[in-house]
Amino acid sequence: MASVGECPATVSVKDKKLLEVKLGELPSWILMRDFSPSGIFGAFQRGYYRYYNKYINVKKGSISGITMVLACYVLFSYCFSYKHLKHERLRKYH
Amino acid sequence: MNENLFASFAAPTILGLPAAVPIILFPSLLIPTSKYLINNRLITTQQWLIQLTLKQMMTLHNTKGRTWSLMLISLIIFIATTNLLGLLPHSFTPTTQLSMNLAMAIPLWAGTVATGLRLKTKNTLAHLLPQGTPTPLIPMLIIIETISLFIQPMALAVRLTANITAGHLLMHLIGAATLALSTISLPMTPIIFTILALLTILEIAVALIQAYVFTLLVSLYLHDNT
Repeated sequence: MASVGECPATVSVKDKKLLEVKLGELPSWILMRDFSPSGIFGAFQRGYYRYYNKYINVKKGSISGITMVLACYVLFSYCFSYKHLKHERLRKYH
Repeated sequence: MNENLFASFAAPTILGLPAAVPIILFPSLLIPTSKYLINNRLITTQQWLIQLTLKQMMTLHNTKGRTWSLMLISLIIFIATTNLLGLLPHSFTPTTQLSMNLAMAIPLWAGTVATGLRLKTKNTLAHLLPQGTPTPLIPMLIIIETISLFIQPMALAVRLTANITAGHLLMHLIGAATLALSTISLPMTPIIFTILALLTILEIAVALIQAYVFTLLVSLYLHDNT
């Protein structure tokens, strides 16, 4: 793995974070990601712990840690039920 | 209106695949575990609540019955969180599906009956006949008691389904009525809206109470049989 102070030319594309990848390298970066089941599970796990350690696992966690999750859940459910909801809009022609 | 009213209870699908499984697993994300003694506020609150429930529910049982504590506490946590999450707008509540409630009720009830038959066979069979019945009535009463025994899982499942479904349906209807009334006669709208607010508070209570009742009944059947 490349260390922090190393010259950018020697860091391989595969190990870069998303915001450090140049636009031209983006397709090759996406193709080099690990899309196996264990890779996808690892991505979910990393995402979960990133959120958990930032908002919940702190000394004085507030209620916003959970309410953000619930708000995302509401949005997600709205997307799912959009198909049924679009018939209930106040329009003349549906 | 008819199709729309029950459409929210249909199981969600992504391109025909059942998407109910991630939704059923979602409450587990909200209840983290920890290996430390002193935790963040979320885990501390949840552990405190769980200990409160545990003490209230399991003091009734003897040693054999207390081996069921993990099962009963996870049951009440699951039903309570699922019911409460179902009160959020547009969300899908798995406990409105009779299939899921039957899947929860039948194995648990059968477990208590099997435990009773195995540990205290004579006692369990003796429960089929109340004390002091006149002799001619005995055959009929045994049949009645057996039927009431077999109806227990059905009653557990249907009670939970019906309560939660009815609550959601009432909220949909009164919400739609509030919206419709706001165009017809504006002074009536605050009254109907107050009804909606009260109903929401009731639903929160019902969500918790139903979880409690389900678990309590299972634990009663267990107490009977250990």
